Amino acid sequence: MRPFKYVRASDAAAAARAVAANPRAKFLGGGTNILDLMKEDVERPNELVDVTRLKLSEIKAASGGVSIGALAKNSDTANHPLIRRNYPLLTQAIVAGASGQLRNMATNGGNLLQRTRCQYFYDTAMPCNKREPGTGCGALEGLNRIHAIFGWSDKCVATYPGDMANALYALDAVVRVRGASGRERAIPVGEFHRLPGDTPQQDSNLAHGELITAIDLPKSNFAKNSYYLKVRDRASYAFALVSVAAALELERGRVKQARVVLGSVAHKPWRSLEAEAALVGGPASEESFRRAAEAALAGAKPLAHNGYKVELGKRAVVRALMRASRLA
Amino acid sequence: MARYIGKEMSRVDGVAKVTGRAKYAAEFRAPNLAYGFIVLGTMAKGRIREIDTREAERAPGVVRVFTHLNAPKLGPKASTEYAPPRNTREQDKSFRALQSDRIYFNMQPVALVVAETYEQARYAARLVRVSYDTERHTTDTEAVRGSARAPSQGSPPKPRGNPEAAMKAAPVRVEAEYRIPVEHHNSMEPHAAVAAWEGDKLTIFDKTQDVYGVRAHLATSFGVPEENVQVVSPYVGGAFGASLRPNYYPALTAMAARELKRPIKVVYTRTQMFTGHGYRPYTIQKIALGAEASGKLTAMIHQAVHNTSAFEEFNDNTTGFTRQVYACPNLLAPTMIVATDLPTPTWMRAPGAVSGMFALECAMDELAYALKIDPLELRLINYAETDPESGRPWSSKALRECYRLGAEKFGWKDRKFEPRSMRDGRLLVGWGTATGVWGAFQRPAIARITLRPDGTAHVTSATSDIGPGTYTVMTMIAAEYLGLEIERVKFELGDTKFPRAPAQGGSQTTSSVGSAVHGAALAVGAKLLTLANQDASSPLKGATASDVEMLDGRLRLKSDPSKSVSVAGVMRLNNLSEVTETFESRPSPERQKYATMAHGAQFVEVKVDPDIGHVRVTRAIEVTACGKIINPKASHSQEIGGVVWGIGMALQEATEIDHRYGRIMNPNLQHYHVPVNADVHEVETLFVEEDDKVVNPLGVKGMGELGMVGIPAAIANAVFHATGKRVRELPITPDKLL
Ligand SMILES: Cc1cc2nc3c(=O)[nH]c(=O)nc-3n(C[C@H](O)[C@H](O)[C@H](O)COP(=O)(O)OP(=O)(O)OC[C@H]3O[C@@H](n4cnc5c(N)ncnc54)[C@H](O)[C@@H]3O)c2cc1C
Ligand code: SF4
Repeated sequence: MRPFKYVRASDAAAAARAVAANPRAKFLGGGTNILDLMKEDVERPNELVDVTRLKLSEIKAASGGVSIGALAKNSDTANHPLIRRNYPLLTQAIVAGASGQLRNMATNGGNLLQRTRCQYFYDTAMPCNKREPGTGCGALEGLNRIHAIFGWSDKCVATYPGDMANALYALDAVVRVRGASGRERAIPVGEFHRLPGDTPQQDSNLAHGELITAIDLPKSNFAKNSYYLKVRDRASYAFALVSVAAALELERGRVKQARVVLGSVAHKPWRSLEAEAALVGGPASEESFRRAAEAALAGAKPLAHNGYKVELGKRAVVRALMRASRLA
Repeated sequence: MARYIGKEMSRVDGVAKVTGRAKYAAEFRAPNLAYGFIVLGTMAKGRIREIDTREAERAPGVVRVFTHLNAPKLGPKASTEYAPPRNTREQDKSFRALQSDRIYFNMQPVALVVAETYEQARYAARLVRVSYDTERHTTDTEAVRGSARAPSQGSPPKPRGNPEAAMKAAPVRVEAEYRIPVEHHNSMEPHAAVAAWEGDKLTIFDKTQDVYGVRAHLATSFGVPEENVQVVSPYVGGAFGASLRPNYYPALTAMAARELKRPIKVVYTRTQMFTGHGYRPYTIQKIALGAEASGKLTAMIHQAVHNTSAFEEFNDNTTGFTRQVYACPNLLAPTMIVATDLPTPTWMRAPGAVSGMFALECAMDELAYALKIDPLELRLINYAETDPESGRPWSSKALRECYRLGAEKFGWKDRKFEPRSMRDGRLLVGWGTATGVWGAFQRPAIARITLRPDGTAHVTSATSDIGPGTYTVMTMIAAEYLGLEIERVKFELGDTKFPRAPAQGGSQTTSSVGSAVHGAALAVGAKLLTLANQDASSPLKGATASDVEMLDGRLRLKSDPSKSVSVAGVMRLNNLSEVTETFESRPSPERQKYATMAHGAQFVEVKVDPDIGHVRVTRAIEVTACGKIINPKASHSQEIGGVVWGIGMALQEATEIDHRYGRIMNPNLQHYHVPVNADVHEVETLFVEEDDKVVNPLGVKGMGELGMVGIPAAIANAVFHATGKRVRELPITPDKLL
């Protein structure tokens, strides 16, 4: 890889300052994504600020919910009793991702910011607006079986490939960040990632130098009826073709509250308010779930090779809701 | 009673492998070693206009940057076992790096950056700037299939009977087209070489299935006598055909080492492996079967077209085995090739066979449904009692027993014929079957055995062990026929200082090299007998070599073991510190009178989630008949590996090419999927042993490739049975089942 400077941050403020001061600096979490990308010459930071020694890995009960440190490992998060008990959807989503070894290294902050798996993004010989703005989008008219069906632009059709964020979105999580000036912000997960528009090089709404410090989960009524479904090309160790985070609050067989978030269909976790509206007040039944699924996929705009995601998405929504409501 | 042959034996090299003592090519070191990193081109066809290496040369640690402008020209290539010339005047045309400004395929090497460390070389490699004059390319086999032609080597196979007329007249016909994408071997170990020259003598550590092939290739490339080149390859972390031919990197590495007068190491990255060797070609197969209402085949027309490169022919012989599987009087089965601007394809585990049998065995299933005959029954109706191609008898063929045993173990009789008729809750259950075939090949091979008075033996032959357990099986054979405890026998391979063996390919190593080891052991016994009988008082007086055997340090009469001499004693009496015999085994002429093949039957259960298109291979039973099984443990492991690969080929594997750029877009293991543990469920492999005295003295046939041949078809057939959907284009991913 290209030579870079390695810095170990002593505290959060110093870490944020160090990155903010250098436009080509980046944070280093578990390194499972950024180091791969540096080896492939896709990411070219000249400075890595290692944040893994910061005291930000606690998982604790907080104001009725749970606060998860940004540097807690994916494995520790998924297996924490508070998460297993109160947010099983999150556990399912995390363990659906990557492999045991990777989850042992990966941090929650790094997971949120993992980059797309678009093949053109990975190949520096190919055009890619996300990697090199202005070069064009290789996937738009190229191989796009794994690409977006929602919210894409002709500048970029990539998806956000992660699993964890889909569950966090369904659970109304909030990302806590801290800037170089010490200013803290709380960003709802749904506003954390963004659509590509004309600037696909930017995956999230984080400012340069802003450090993720924690992810807060509010008290949740979804623990009893939630399910994370991941459809992929093999049984494990593959990114989703389509995934669905489904969460229901049921009251006497009727849906009181619902969340339907699709993964790997857009540049960000894709929540369907239409599907949720179709569910609320109705019965927890396959028929009602089908209507919700139709609503969820109604606005899809598939590309040449990913038309299947529309039908697959519908079926996945139905299946996830069936599982969540324990009808299947 | 055999002491070792036929008994389970753990790998003799197992401990070395799991403790890291086993050294693979990239792990060898040499004093003053420098590292080369390959720079790949970024377009598919044309010429290099300009190549600017100045920035790279200035980077820290860089020793030199080689391009076509400063790399010396290599001599003509030798023809080797796996790179035969098509006629006497023609040279092997396989690709060699940095020999001109011509670009033949995308991701072709255009430079080699040599530096003091690997990271320095890799970094500087990014600084090489190349501009090109591009020409129109074609990498899409579909687009050019119309210009497919017969391979120029060999005469095109003649039709049998009158296939077209018979097809027209057939009361029942099926016709379909099947597709297999480009696939890559993806062995765990990346290809690598460490080359060092001393004057005109070259030592190279390489990952290869054929040390003698690499030696011939390098000797002619550098204009030195073959004896000056030593190729060493003691361990290979999987190759599957990707190291049968000398790839471009050994000559590139040796070239750099010679120019720089220091040892050089070059290791492919995973990405470089996708154009650094061949691949299973993109194959389109049109197949038509005609039958009587009884199920009897009356006509088979199986036409395959696959791609090759623009500079070289490769023939996968896709339809080769179609001629020998079923009894059918009328047959046409040509394989055609078409040029594309991609690297040359090569042999990949079960080459031709697994592709051809995928189409044929799916078509047989389609025919079974057209006829409403049980698919297994249809195969029995058309069982070939003799070789349909030559009319010769089989040296042995226990396929019927494979079908029977497999069906019984699997519970085939409980299968409901109609598709979508079997369920497990929400899941659709499908049962599929297919036949597997492979040859029983043998080639000349030489082994040497040195037996010492202390009762230890050293056995050598320059074969390789790419994973099947060659170290172990050769040690077993030598121990058996020398009558020694297995711990006292050391077998070595993978070095041109050892006697010549054929490339490890085609599932012929145990038959070829095993026969040589067997022969060498008998020759040692014969030698000892001659020596013993120089003594007038020898109890073995009058015995001939075939009358005696060795056991635990004694040479004894088979008919009367009480008559024996001490092996050490004979050596002592003759003042010998060892007895060494070299033996060359050759296929016996007897084989010509027979057809020799290995067979198998596969039974597969899939469970398909009809909503999300996910296929799980929940059960696979594979029964193979491949002669004598010398080491059941390693043999089961081979066949299980074959099943797993078959699952990958059926459900996951595909090399994706963006034809606009003619570039492979998934040259890595995140995008190119192979099975993981979670994809593999119950796999049971069984052998029906055949007592075959014809194939070779050990009675062994090929089995390494056989294990995967029928699996993709069996899975595709099971998926049809489960879903009613016939997927004729691999891999069967969820999107194809919605
Ligand atoms: C083979 C493989 C398979 C995988 N499969 C899956 C899968 O199926 N599903 C899935 O969801 N994921 C999958 N992943 C991705 C994996 O989840 C991510 O690589 C991992 O979560 C990233 O975490 P990290 O700590 O290693 O991040 P890093 O690689 O260290 O960092 C990633 C990015 O986040 C930034 N960053 C890190 N920490 C912070 C912070 N505290 N504040 C601000 N920025 C920060 C870094 O600067 C960098 O840009 C897979 C990865 C691999 C290698
Ligand atoms: S989809 Fe986005 S990431 Fe992929 S090539 Fe286009 S711009 Fe690049």
